[in-house]
Amino acid sequence: MSKNNKEYLIKRDNNEYEVVIGLEVHAQVLSESKLFSASPTKFGSEPNTQVSLVDAAFPGMLPVINEFCIKQAIKTGIGLNARINNRSIFDRKNYFYADLPQGYQISQYKNPIVGEGSITLDMPEGEKKIGIERLHLEQDAGKSIHDIDPKNTLVDLNRSGVALMEIVSKPDLRSLDEVNAFIKKLRSIMRYLGTCDGNMQEGSLRADVNVSVRKKGVLELGTRCEIKNVNSIKFMQMAIDYEANRQVDVLEEGGTVDQETRLFDTKKNETRSMRTKEDAHDYRYFPDPDLLPLELNDEFIEDIKKDIPELPDEKKKRFIEKFKLSPYEANILVSDIETSKYFEDVSIKSDIKLATNWITGELFALLNDKSIEITECPISSENLAKLINLIKDGTISGKIAKNVFEIMADGNKDPEKIVEEKGLKQQSDPKELEKIIDKVVLDNPKNVGAYKSGKDKLFGFFVGQVMKQSNGKANPQLVNEILKKKLS
Amino acid sequence: MSEITNFKLCDLVDKVKKKELSSKEITEAFINRSKKSTKLNSYISDNFDDAINRAKEFDSKPNLNKKIPGIPMAVKDLFCTKNLRTTAGSKILENFIPTYESTVTQNILEHGGIIIGKLNCDEFAMGSSNETSYYGNVQNPISENLVPGGSSGGSSSALAAKLTPATIGTDTGGSIRQPASFTGTVGLKPTYGSCSRYGIVAFASSLDQAGPMTHDVKDCALLLEVMSSYDVKDSTSVDFVRGNYLNDLSDNIKGKKIGIPKEYRVDGMPKEIEKLWENGIKIIKDNGGDVIDISLPNTNYALPAYYIVAPAEASSNLARYDGVKYGFRSKGENLIDMYEKTRSEGFGDEVKRRIMIGTYVLSSGYYDAYYLKAQKVRRLIKNDFDEAYKKVDAILTPSTPSSAFKIGEKLNDPVSMYLNDIFTVPINLAGLPAISLPAGHDKNGFPLGLQVIGKAFDEQTILNIAYSIEKNIGYKNNINDWWIK
Repeated sequence: MSKNNKEYLIKRDNNEYEVVIGLEVHAQVLSESKLFSASPTKFGSEPNTQVSLVDAAFPGMLPVINEFCIKQAIKTGIGLNARINNRSIFDRKNYFYADLPQGYQISQYKNPIVGEGSITLDMPEGEKKIGIERLHLEQDAGKSIHDIDPKNTLVDLNRSGVALMEIVSKPDLRSLDEVNAFIKKLRSIMRYLGTCDGNMQEGSLRADVNVSVRKKGVLELGTRCEIKNVNSIKFMQMAIDYEANRQVDVLEEGGTVDQETRLFDTKKNETRSMRTKEDAHDYRYFPDPDLLPLELNDEFIEDIKKDIPELPDEKKKRFIEKFKLSPYEANILVSDIETSKYFEDVSIKSDIKLATNWITGELFALLNDKSIEITECPISSENLAKLINLIKDGTISGKIAKNVFEIMADGNKDPEKIVEEKGLKQQSDPKELEKIIDKVVLDNPKNVGAYKSGKDKLFGFFVGQVMKQSNGKANPQLVNEILKKKLS
Repeated sequence: MSEITNFKLCDLVDKVKKKELSSKEITEAFINRSKKSTKLNSYISDNFDDAINRAKEFDSKPNLNKKIPGIPMAVKDLFCTKNLRTTAGSKILENFIPTYESTVTQNILEHGGIIIGKLNCDEFAMGSSNETSYYGNVQNPISENLVPGGSSGGSSSALAAKLTPATIGTDTGGSIRQPASFTGTVGLKPTYGSCSRYGIVAFASSLDQAGPMTHDVKDCALLLEVMSSYDVKDSTSVDFVRGNYLNDLSDNIKGKKIGIPKEYRVDGMPKEIEKLWENGIKIIKDNGGDVIDISLPNTNYALPAYYIVAPAEASSNLARYDGVKYGFRSKGENLIDMYEKTRSEGFGDEVKRRIMIGTYVLSSGYYDAYYLKAQKVRRLIKNDFDEAYKKVDAILTPSTPSSAFKIGEKLNDPVSMYLNDIFTVPINLAGLPAISLPAGHDKNGFPLGLQVIGKAFDEQTILNIAYSIEKNIGYKNNINDWWIK
């Protein structure tokens, strides 16, 4: 197996294979209630406590569309630069399963709410546009639990009826890095919009992955396999890598890839056939007669457009143009909406350049260290701005600031108070500094002589001595100036 | 006391309002007669004890402003009723007790009605003779061993036998109008979207509609007022201004244009039905109505289209009866085995037949040829009516191509059974309102009905036309209480 980050190719003897990947992302709509019922959607609740008669498919119960979920889907569509369809239809996808109470899933088949769009990825070698085929709304099923009771399967219907957006990409992805970038960008957009929390651990974001391979240079797509329900980026990458290599092996041995649905076994790191095309379900899709076609007028859609916040791509552009950030810095700061909010908060109250450096440096290191999100950061944006202002106005040096930052990380203390309490204020009185410097010069006659005879490097020694004498509080700029005079 | 059950709905309302009769007296009278009439098998479940308590409760604080104050009523067992067993005529729901009330029965309760029991019906409303019910055949009070029609057969039987002063049914392809026609009673299928489907066990969602079944047109107008409401819990419910059907009821049909569709003159239609139709036409003319020949050219395709659309929706609607959550469950080796045994044992033959037809027509590779084509036909049929209504205000046809038949006569001939719905099905496909009213007898003395079809949401016009015909025809049921010893 050989990988190349720029070009993800699978090499065998004389052949090179390109991997073609498409994703069907299932994103849970951020909504208090379900797609067709008023039940709450809270994660982690006691089994079967978030279930209405509609969710449990009692006789005579009817679905009623939750307008909020419709708006969320439209918002997401707008975020994906996609066409919003004025008319869409909810269909029934019929199949039997214990955690599917109706015996069908209400989904959108031929007429989805959102049509074609795109997502722009920022790859090291430049931007890449990935096509979006469609976005449609559907109900989630319940959960079958097989490992509590030895004899029975238990069913939890809390998820039954929760609104999902299925976002289907075009087969435009070509590498594991692009898959990573795609999921992250999609998640970022949805978090900006507040339409999906993107929490993969809680299953709010999961994907079916379509993989095919073709010899490099061949235009025709190979036969694809669909890997069902992968719930982390890492597993997606592992599954794709395994599956692509498997397909290449099949082709290299003179075989043909069968179109099938496969499962990824995370323990064994392999994909296994779940069902072939022949025994694929016949879902008997037909328009749900309990629901009228969803008709949206332009005014409704335009009203939603007015509520769309600045999205990562625009924000990035603004950060580069207005704040003079590098594209790299801008990317890091906009990828997560909370980070970008934090950054803007800090920079407005302090200094753009220093805010950029402190956030991408010290703050990110801290978050990483503690494995926490920026929303859980112990240092408020206000206090970080104060710290930066202390540096900017010369109250403390950058070095001292790092110590103060560490103290702040333990409990969001006001940096001004820390500086005051610990007496960390920078020594900027030239007369006081002169006293220290004079003493250092007097105490080191040999080094003074050596410096004067041309050993320029010794300047640093004198600075160090002064800093030491001042307990690191001496204003380095002033020290430099005075030292130069004294030593000349 | 027995004469109380001879009163019609409006008379009873009048007597309660005038305090001539108490709710308890009326309720007990219908319950007592019901108890004596078990031979008809009209009921699946009774609510007698609870109903009498509720009647007493009503009498203790009578609210006479209600539309049906303290009036007892038995309803088709397709309506979910809170704390009262609801079976849909099926074994699979044999022990199902809803924790909720359908909107239509809720409306009845809110208008002062008291539910005295749940009436027999074909299993999941699939049938035209009430013979597919898991709870047994229902007798037509007109004559022993005669079917009461279906699927609202328990309703028509109980109404004609005066076990309930009025009742409600559901009509997917004729299930109110055909049994009304077979029992000499009035049945109205409202415009699709008029009565909420919330809490009604679904058969074919795009066709199902609840409606009143009564002794006469006046009662029908009153009960429709009670039932019909806009309901946010049903997305197909329509928010239109509902009429004061009873108050606005008028037999003046002067200048009304009534269409006679030539396509309804089917081959082999009995002479007596033709005569009945002619008689109806004559009455309309005598009352100053304009009779106009019209054409509904796609009528022939209605029945085949119906028997694709309805089973298709049913096959999906009935998927929820899987033994997992409620209702009947059979033991199985595993999930699939449990499904198969539960559904094999829980559903009857006709239901299984329709699930299979429905599953077939929705299957990939057949969808376009059957389901999609049937939907196109449906549109054409609707267009036929739209065209006709440019010329006329309503349409007059017979309700059924024959009178009631003997129990067992058509049980093994599903197609001949399906043909019963030939005059009623097109109206469901088009979502229009139609009323069946008794208009004569066949040579055996069995009732025959006429059907008046209206424009969407124009229930008032068909009620008025039916009222005018009713007044002139002087129809009377000859029922001799043969089932009471």
